[in-house]
Amino acid sequence: MPTNPQTQKTYKPDPRFKIAHKEAKIGIALAIFNFIWWFGFAYGLGNRPPEQYTYTFGLPDWFFYSCVIGFILMSALVIVITKYALTEVSLEPEPDQQKEDSQTP
Amino acid sequence: MNIQVIIPLIIFLLAIFAVGFIASKQMGGKTGFLQEYFLGGRELGGFVLAMTMVATYGSASSFLGGPGTAYTVGFGWILLAMSQVVTGYFVLLILGKKFAILARKYNAITMIDFLKARYNSSAVAILSALAIIIFLFSAMTAQWVGGARLIESLTGLQYTSALFIFAISVLVYVTIGGFRAVALTDAVQGAIMVIGTLILLIGVIIAGGGVPAIMQDLLNENPRLVTPYGADGSLTPAYISSFWILVGVGVVGLPQMAVRAMSYKSSRAMHRALVIGTIVTGFIMLNMHLIGIFARPVLPGIDVGDKVIPLIALEVLPPWLAGVVLAAPMAAIMSTVDSLLLLVSSAIVKDVYINFIKPEATEKRIKQISIGVTALLGTIVFLLALQPPDLLIFLNLFAFGGLEAAFIWPIVLGLYWKYGNKYGAILSMITGIASYIAIHFYNTTNGNLFGVHTVTLPILLSLIAYIIGSLAIQRKAFRF
Repeated sequence: MPTNPQTQKTYKPDPRFKIAHKEAKIGIALAIFNFIWWFGFAYGLGNRPPEQYTYTFGLPDWFFYSCVIGFILMSALVIVITKYALTEVSLEPEPDQQKEDSQTP
Repeated sequence: MNIQVIIPLIIFLLAIFAVGFIASKQMGGKTGFLQEYFLGGRELGGFVLAMTMVATYGSASSFLGGPGTAYTVGFGWILLAMSQVVTGYFVLLILGKKFAILARKYNAITMIDFLKARYNSSAVAILSALAIIIFLFSAMTAQWVGGARLIESLTGLQYTSALFIFAISVLVYVTIGGFRAVALTDAVQGAIMVIGTLILLIGVIIAGGGVPAIMQDLLNENPRLVTPYGADGSLTPAYISSFWILVGVGVVGLPQMAVRAMSYKSSRAMHRALVIGTIVTGFIMLNMHLIGIFARPVLPGIDVGDKVIPLIALEVLPPWLAGVVLAAPMAAIMSTVDSLLLLVSSAIVKDVYINFIKPEATEKRIKQISIGVTALLGTIVFLLALQPPDLLIFLNLFAFGGLEAAFIWPIVLGLYWKYGNKYGAILSMITGIASYIAIHFYNTTNGNLFGVHTVTLPILLSLIAYIIGSLAIQRKAFRF
């Protein structure tokens, strides 16, 4: 088990940081995907003359796919990633104390 | 103004009061007063964390200005607004667990505490405290003016009386309840925003005869309203996309968001907040801006953008329901103001007073000072908002973009890049703010440089400054 890094003579990064770094990369990947989806549908479909737009639930197609579906898709992705790709770790300064609360109000 | 509109607003204010009061009773002394008052004892759960982030971030601009612009320029502005969905997951994933762990390890209560420990530099702390106090103080005053104007237009009260009601409502619960009261009232306010926008959207769609009919009216009036390019075709993809920085990923650099990323109690709370925050942000933004554009055929000819939401609510809803719905922009403004008030107060008390003036202050003294400074700040803001000085309005222009350009790299690279050091951080903050102000002036006279929003270039320049400053002067790896 790792001991308190502050008392260690040789520096070893906190193993929880590896998890944190992975999750930050997931955040960047999500944002890039979000941007491409948003931009692609908005300007891919939206640059036609308005007479050629089709309408879904009354909304212009570029908007419906870019913003409505895009939002629903991102929410679904965040749910899935939170459930399967993120790891629960203790946030306490000393990682030995694994007293992660299991209840949130 | 109709008494039926005012009653729900009064009930709303009383409810907020009650929640703030209950929160203040919960302030236990187990983790020390400062941590309790400015950080809620790091005990936020997932729902409250998500709501306080959304509500703090969603301000007068997303509830009055944004829909008003959508009314004028059409679907292009909703496209722009939807870039904000990213804030729901990005801030928490990027700052993430590392920020929360390090903040606990450094015993950091404010974002500046974190920067001070990370860079081991008083200069970084002073510079950040100054930036926060100056810019967020101005932003806060501008929001108070917005809040008072809203009360004024809804109730017909004089501006001064409206401002007084607004000031008292916010001041009381922030001063006595601290961060916990702010977070809990934010949660209530966030819930009101969700419900209010949904009711109003449904009301507008019914009044317009259904979405296809509204769309046909818009097409008949000006087909460009339903394109992504704006009513006059002037919204370019580059300009709209650059808002991904200002209101999207750049939000990670705002101190009021960063401090929330160190306030949650467990990683499970953070996971829940990711999901709730993303869904709630997207839902509110989509609804609010759709209301703005749908209002156009229903109630044509509104000149002042900020009035679209109040007017359409009074037009399409029964008065009492309009009162409930109009509590939503009220909630948006209050939840932003309360967070800024506490943040500026924490910068003065913790980052200036305790760090530099009187580190040996007793717990009792700290308590008096914290409550005193918060109340005093609120009073000064109230007095300034009576007749906002030009300087303040001017500073407010730089508040969000300027702070993003100043803080984004010192925070993010400070977390993830071991070679980042104080020289880089200082150079980055100065470059960020100075170039933001310079480019702002260039853009106002010459049109947008490279066709993008002012914030874009300063963020790039401050990145370059951070890297150069860190590597050029002292290249040494930091041990987190």
